[in-house]
Amino acid sequence: MFFIVKLLTRNAWRQKLRMVLTIVGLVVAICAFGLLRTIVDAWYAGVDATSSVRLVTRNSISLVFPLPLNYAQRMRQIDGVTGVSWGNWFGGVYITERNFFPQFAVDGATYFELYPEYVVKPAEFRAFLADRQGVVVGRKLADQYGWKLGDQIPLRGTIFPGTWTFTLRAIYDGADAKTDESQFLFQWAYLNETVKKRYGRRADQVGFYIERLANPDDAASVSRQLDTLFRNSLAETLTETEKAFQLGFISMTELILVAIQAVSLVIILIIMAVMANTIAMTARERTSEYATMKAIGFGPGFIGWMIVGESLLIALVGGALGVAITFPIASAFAKAMGTLFPVFFVSRQTVLLQFAAAALIGLVAAAFPAWNAGRVRIVEGLRRVA
Amino acid sequence: MKAIPFNYIARNVYARKVTTLLTASGMALVVFVFASVLMMTEGIRQTLVATGQPDNVMVIRRSAASEVQSGVGRDQASVIDSLPEIATDGRGQKLLSKEPVAVINLPKRKRNPTDADKPSNIVVRGTTVQGLALRPQVHIVEGRMFTPGTSEIIAGHSIAAAFPGAALGESLHFAQRQWTVVGIFNAGGSAFDSEVWGDAEQLMQGFRRFSFSSVIFRLADPSQFDSVKSKLESDPRLTIEAKREKQFYADQSEALAKFIGYLGTTLSIIFSIGAIVGAMITMYASVASRTGEIGTLRALGFPRSSILIAFLVESLVLGLVGGVVGLAAASAMQAVSLSTMNFQTFSELTFRFHINTAIVVEVLLFALFMGFVGGFLPAFRAARMKIVDALRAA
Repeated sequence: MFFIVKLLTRNAWRQKLRMVLTIVGLVVAICAFGLLRTIVDAWYAGVDATSSVRLVTRNSISLVFPLPLNYAQRMRQIDGVTGVSWGNWFGGVYITERNFFPQFAVDGATYFELYPEYVVKPAEFRAFLADRQGVVVGRKLADQYGWKLGDQIPLRGTIFPGTWTFTLRAIYDGADAKTDESQFLFQWAYLNETVKKRYGRRADQVGFYIERLANPDDAASVSRQLDTLFRNSLAETLTETEKAFQLGFISMTELILVAIQAVSLVIILIIMAVMANTIAMTARERTSEYATMKAIGFGPGFIGWMIVGESLLIALVGGALGVAITFPIASAFAKAMGTLFPVFFVSRQTVLLQFAAAALIGLVAAAFPAWNAGRVRIVEGLRRVA
Repeated sequence: MKAIPFNYIARNVYARKVTTLLTASGMALVVFVFASVLMMTEGIRQTLVATGQPDNVMVIRRSAASEVQSGVGRDQASVIDSLPEIATDGRGQKLLSKEPVAVINLPKRKRNPTDADKPSNIVVRGTTVQGLALRPQVHIVEGRMFTPGTSEIIAGHSIAAAFPGAALGESLHFAQRQWTVVGIFNAGGSAFDSEVWGDAEQLMQGFRRFSFSSVIFRLADPSQFDSVKSKLESDPRLTIEAKREKQFYADQSEALAKFIGYLGTTLSIIFSIGAIVGAMITMYASVASRTGEIGTLRALGFPRSSILIAFLVESLVLGLVGGVVGLAAASAMQAVSLSTMNFQTFSELTFRFHINTAIVVEVLLFALFMGFVGGFLPAFRAARMKIVDALRAA
């Protein structure tokens, strides 16, 4: 056994330059494959972080249309609903358009009850509730812009015009790695009062409602009851589970996801062609050697497996190096992207897929040369001068 | 200097069919991805640039990034309406349209009845007869224009095909009413193809809106844009911003086009490393297996530079084969029409892959570059060989 491994390693290392080049190609491909998979995962992070006990209600026309504030009272009366909160998408700009992060005006007291995964220190939370202009931001967002408690943060409103100034009162941490730590949550009351002063008619309007269920199995029936309650009113509602709501967003950008997934397969095909070429050349050059081995008495199967083994060895070494450099590259990428991808980490499944891809490349690349080498006739092989 | 004939080089490439094929197909895949990305970015730009007319002016609320976010009150709209610089049509009507724009969420048509619902955001625009005149690229291809003052709508042809209820004679339910589709329009590949149009006043009632989203008008003299812009923006009664329509739509496509461009270029660069490595391996092997031949050529009197050039050309031919194959595959993508959500407008945008000469040149140069980088070091090694050693090695 040891002898075979030694033979494979020595054989693989015979053409040093070619091997180094092949491995470089493999490392790049496997790393790119992993990175693309991680980007797709990050896209779905919003879905993974959803809770099955939360429902989202929006205006049935589309998210752009608001709902009246008084719906909250009527929602609370429905059996199976244990909590109601609401919010508005703010869509402000921090200094320049490039600094994008999600901002919501939320009903502070109830919102954090429904989102236990946003962990805020009690003292900071009290300070936030006490300050109309207070804001809670995620740890990642605070780190990105270097905000500290007590800082003044100005935003320029695009939906609600004017300059809005907030005071940072609390920073939340995510309960686990899946939690989005890039949100900017401020008091809905502050938004509403200002809107009332500036454009009376747009006040007391809510962008979306969040409801908590006593029992996740009731999701379908409670959603139906909620929507029936407001049917034929001026603002009809559409209620769905938080997961369905997030998936709705993803399906709109599905095209980009499909493209990324397709491309991650293409890179495997490219490197497969490169690798197949390497192995085919190596095997062709060694035809006379294989004939010699056959002449001494090694069977065709042994020669075939030797080529497969060498190919697998190279592929797995390249694969392992590729996986190893995926981690630092992914974290550098996450840093560069900032809050665009709030949740970004290389999952265990990605690593497994990377190894599987490497093994597949090794096997496919060796298939034809191995079959060919096994078939070569001793006399012809010996006659051939490489 | 004696050059090695091109015929000789090309036959060498052909003589090693399997290796050539594998290397060139690796390159072709890279070229395909690179070309598709460029075509996609260009397609999005084309779609949104085709949407704007150069002499139209678009007025939206200051600091609103899109029409959906904007709001222009009736009072402000009348102030704009009274500008003397606005062009008129043959009957003396001002070419100006006050338009409410809303986004509605509809499920897409399903291919199989068992498919899950795929909701998508589409733009509903309230307009007038003048609104149609302001956009000469829009033609009604089926049915007729909606009658003002009724619940009739016309749908862009991308919408009519993709959403149930949006085809001619069908009806859509939104804003508490049933809207009948009486016409299908073709907007010449612009963003309007992904919109639904109805009567402005009727839609304002339906959506319970009190303000328009934008005001669009044509200038009688396009060169007056700057003076009209400063006049409007300095008017204390107005809180608006005026842009050339073309510029407005170009701005809307920027983020999406940039995003796809960055992502695609990064990927192409990573991929090209793989393809260059492949070319290098092939060329090194080609040099190694032809040591004797190189020695013979040198002995016959070909100088080192000829050998260097011959191997470089061989590698460039490899790159070119990959480039042409990849480009051919990518140009077949022109038949494909795609739709995705534009983050800036929060609504559906349908576009096609678009190829032009600049892209063809860029892609072929990229393929040749890969061939050149992959072939340079091996060619250099071939050129440095000593005649005696090379002949002896054979």
